[in-house]
Amino acid sequence: MPVAAVLIFAFGDSGDIWEHLVKTSLFGYVKTTLWLMLGVGVSVFVTGVSTAWVVTMCRFPGRKVFEWLLLLPLAMPAYVIAYAYTDFLEYAGPVQGLLRTVFGWQSARDYLFPEIRSLGGAIMMMGLVLYPYVYLLARSAFLEQSVNVLEASRTLGRGPWRTFSTVSLPAARPAIAIGVSLALMETLNDYGTVDFFAVYTMTAGLVDVWLGMGSLAGGAQIATTILVFVVLLIMLERVSRRHQKLYQQASSRYKPLPAYRLRGAKAAAAFAACALPVLAGFLIPVAVLGRLTLIYFDRAWTPEFQVYVFNSVALSAAAAIIALAIALFVAYSRRLHGGKILAFGTRVATLGYAVPGAVLAVGILVPFAAFDNAVDALLRQYLGISSGLLLSGTVGAVLFAYVVRFLAIAMGQVESSLEKVSPSMDMAARTLGYRAGQTLVRYHLPLIRGGMLTAAMIVFVDCMKELPATLLLRPFNFDTLATHVYEFASDEMLGEASLGSLTIVGVGLIPVVLLSRMISRTRQALGESAAQT
Amino acid sequence: MNSMSTVSTDDGLMTLRPLLEIRSISCNYDLEPAVFDLSLTVYRGEQVCLLGPSGCGKTTVLRAIAGFHMVLAGGIFINNQQVSAPGAMVPPEARRVGMVFQDHALFPHMSVHQNVASGLRSLSAGEQKTAVDDMLDRMDISSHAEKYPHELSGGQQQRVALARALAPKPLLLLMDEPFSSLDQELREYMGQEVSDMLKENDITCVMVTHDQNDAFALGDRVGVMADGAIVQWDTPYNLYHQPRTHFVADFIGNGIFLPGTVSGSSRVATALGELESDEELDRAADTPIEVLLRPDDVVHDPEGSIRATVRRRAFKGAEIMYTLRTVEGITLLALFPSHANYEIGDEVSVRLAVDHLVVFDRDPED
Repeated sequence: MPVAAVLIFAFGDSGDIWEHLVKTSLFGYVKTTLWLMLGVGVSVFVTGVSTAWVVTMCRFPGRKVFEWLLLLPLAMPAYVIAYAYTDFLEYAGPVQGLLRTVFGWQSARDYLFPEIRSLGGAIMMMGLVLYPYVYLLARSAFLEQSVNVLEASRTLGRGPWRTFSTVSLPAARPAIAIGVSLALMETLNDYGTVDFFAVYTMTAGLVDVWLGMGSLAGGAQIATTILVFVVLLIMLERVSRRHQKLYQQASSRYKPLPAYRLRGAKAAAAFAACALPVLAGFLIPVAVLGRLTLIYFDRAWTPEFQVYVFNSVALSAAAAIIALAIALFVAYSRRLHGGKILAFGTRVATLGYAVPGAVLAVGILVPFAAFDNAVDALLRQYLGISSGLLLSGTVGAVLFAYVVRFLAIAMGQVESSLEKVSPSMDMAARTLGYRAGQTLVRYHLPLIRGGMLTAAMIVFVDCMKELPATLLLRPFNFDTLATHVYEFASDEMLGEASLGSLTIVGVGLIPVVLLSRMISRTRQALGESAAQT
Repeated sequence: MNSMSTVSTDDGLMTLRPLLEIRSISCNYDLEPAVFDLSLTVYRGEQVCLLGPSGCGKTTVLRAIAGFHMVLAGGIFINNQQVSAPGAMVPPEARRVGMVFQDHALFPHMSVHQNVASGLRSLSAGEQKTAVDDMLDRMDISSHAEKYPHELSGGQQQRVALARALAPKPLLLLMDEPFSSLDQELREYMGQEVSDMLKENDITCVMVTHDQNDAFALGDRVGVMADGAIVQWDTPYNLYHQPRTHFVADFIGNGIFLPGTVSGSSRVATALGELESDEELDRAADTPIEVLLRPDDVVHDPEGSIRATVRRRAFKGAEIMYTLRTVEGITLLALFPSHANYEIGDEVSVRLAVDHLVVFDRDPED
C-alpha cells in the first residue's frame, strides 16, 4: 500500500520540482547511488566470500572463534560505525595524532590523509558492516556443497584454488548473489551514513527534498526512482533463490568437509584475513565509542536520554508484538487454507523489507496526510472544529512503518518454525477432537515458542536501529535512541552521541548471538545425525 | 442407508453392516484431479487397505475420510451419517475417527500419558486416568507412561500413537503408512501385532500403504489403486493369484509376462510351448495375449523341456530367486529351493507348472 501511494503521488501531482530535480540534482543522486552500490557490492563480495571460504575450507588456529566473531559487525548500524570512524580518523583523532608524533609533522599541510567523510569512506563503512550478509549465505552454501563433488574435482587434477574457482564458487553463486542483494538493499536504505558523510545518494536527496525544500511530491518522485532500484534488487534476489534451490539440494547426510590444513605463513594470512574485518568492523569502533562514552558519560546520561531509551524500547516492543501477531495470523491461516491468493498476498506483504525506510515514510505519510486532511475538512465543515493531525506525525505512523518494514522477518521466522511442525500433528489434534483454534493454542504455540521469541527479538532490534523512517515520521519533539544519536552527530557532538550509539550496538548484539548459537546448534545436530549413520 | 450385505466368510454366511461408505467421490489435490468416481464399502470390524504407488491418490482418500480434504462430487458416510458431500463437511473433530500417522505425530511437549489423554477431555480426571492406564496396559507400554516421545524407540512410539488414536473409542481407525518409519524386522512384527490387536478388539480400520507386505499383513481386503481409482478390490490371495489387470499383476509380487496367442478355448501357444488353463479364456482364437508367470510357476526339473542359462541369482535364505534366459531368448523368474544351487552361466532345465492361466490382452506390436 505505501508503495502504491508513492507511485500515485509521484505521477499524479508533479509540479515543477521534478523538472527542477531532473535538471539539477537527480542525475547526481543516481550517479552517486550507483557508485556507492558498486563499491559496497564489490567490498562485501570480496570480504564476505573470502572469509566464508577460509573459515569453512581451511583449518587454522582460531577458526572456530572466527566463525561467529565474523558475524559481530552485523550488530553495528552503518551510521554508528561512521560516527566512530570519523572520530577515530579526524584531524584531532588518535590515528592522525599518532602519525604526527611519529613523523614529527606539524599540521595537516605536511601530509596527505584520506578524508573519511567521502564517497570512498561511505563505501568502506557500509562494506565493513554489511559483509556478514554475504559471509553468512556463502558460508552455508560452501558447507552444504557435496563433499563428493569437491573430491571429484580434486581427483580430476584440480588444485585447491582451481577447485574453488571452478567448482565451489560457481555453485555458491546464487547464495552469494542473495547476500549481495540484501547488502545492497541495506545500502539503499541507509540515510545516517550518507547524510553524515555528505554523500548525496538518492535516499539523502529524498530526505533533503522533503525536509529541506518541504516538497513531499518531490520526495515521492525520488522515492519512485529508488523503487526502480529496489525492484531490480528484488528480482535479483528472487531469481537467485530459485537457482539456490537447484544448486543446494541439501544432502541429508552430513559429511565433514575435507579441510586444507594451514601452517606458518599461510595460517597467519588466513588469521589476518578473518581478523581484519572483525577488528575494523566491530572491535575498533566499539573501542572508540567506549572511550568517548567514558569521557562524555555525564553529559550523555541525562533524563532525556532515559526518555529516548524508553521511547525506543516501547516503540520497538509494540512493533515486534504487532508484527508477530500479524505473522502468526497469516501463517496459520495459510496453513489451514493454503490458497494461492493468500500465498501471493503474503509475498506482497513481505516485500516491505526491500523498501528503504525513507521511501516507506513517504508512502505512509501521503495517504495518512490525505486522510487527516479529509477528516479535518469534514469536521470543520460540519462541526466547526479542527481535528488536527490524527495519523500523520504520530507515533502510530512510526509504528506502522516499523511493522510494514519488518513484517517479512517475523513472517519468515514464524513460517519456518510452523513448517517444522509436521502437518500430521494438526491432523492428529483435529481427529482427537480439537477445533482449529484450540489446536493452535494447545499444540502449535508451545512448539513454536522458540521461533516466535527469536522473531520478536530480531524485529525489536531492527526497530531500535531504524533511522530514516523514524526521522521522517516521528512527531515533533519526539526522539528515539536512533534519532537522538543522529541529531547529536549532525551537530558534530559525537561524544554526546556515543552512549546512545553504544547502546544500539549492545542491543544489536542480541540477534547476532542468537544467530551464532543457531549456527552452532545446526552443526551439532548435523554432526550427531552423521554420527548415527 | 440400510444396505445390508451378505458375504461368505470362513464361518459361513454372516450378515454385516457397512460402517464406512464412499460413494463415487472425486477429489482434487493442488488443483489437479487426484481421485475420480471412487466407491468402496467397509463393514464393521473389517480391516481394509488401500495399496498403490505414490501419487495414486490413496492418501487423498484417507484425508477425505478424516475430513481434511473436500470432495468435489459424491459423498462419504460413516455409520450411515453423511460426513462429506460437495459443500458440506463435518469437521474432523466431530467425525469420531482415530488416525495414526507415518511420523506418529506424537506431541513432543507432552508425556506419553498426556498424549494418550489428549482425546479424552470430555471425561473427568479420574475417568481419564483409568482409560489411559487401561489403554497403555493393552498396548504394553504402561512402564513408559511418564516418558516423553523422544525417549521412546520407534516401536514404542508406534504403540503410543495407536493408543492415543484408540483411547477416545473412535468408530473408525485410519492409518497412513503406519509402519514405514520402522525398520524391516520391527515392521513385520508390528504389522502382525497390530493386526491381532485390531481383530481382538473388533476395530474397523482403513490403512493406506505402498508396501504390499504391510497390506497383506493387515488387510482382510485390499484395494489396489492407480491414477485415482481402485483397480481391484479383493483379498490378498486373489490379488496375487488372480490379478485382473496387467498393472495389478505387475505391482503385486514378482513375475514376468510371456507373450502368446490363443490357440483353443482354454489353450495358449507360446514360445515355450502350449499352455492349458483350467478355465475358459473367453477369447477368440489367434487373439494376441500375454500370460503371467509367477516365480513359483517355474519349477526346477532336470527332465524339464525348457533349457535356460542363469543370468542372475539372489540368495534369499530358504530359497534362491534366479533370473533365467531360455534358449528361445525369453527371460524367466524362478524361485528354487536353496539346495538347487547354480552359479551364473550354469545351464538348468525347468518346466512350467501353471494350472490356472492369468492372461491379459496384448498389443501385437509389443
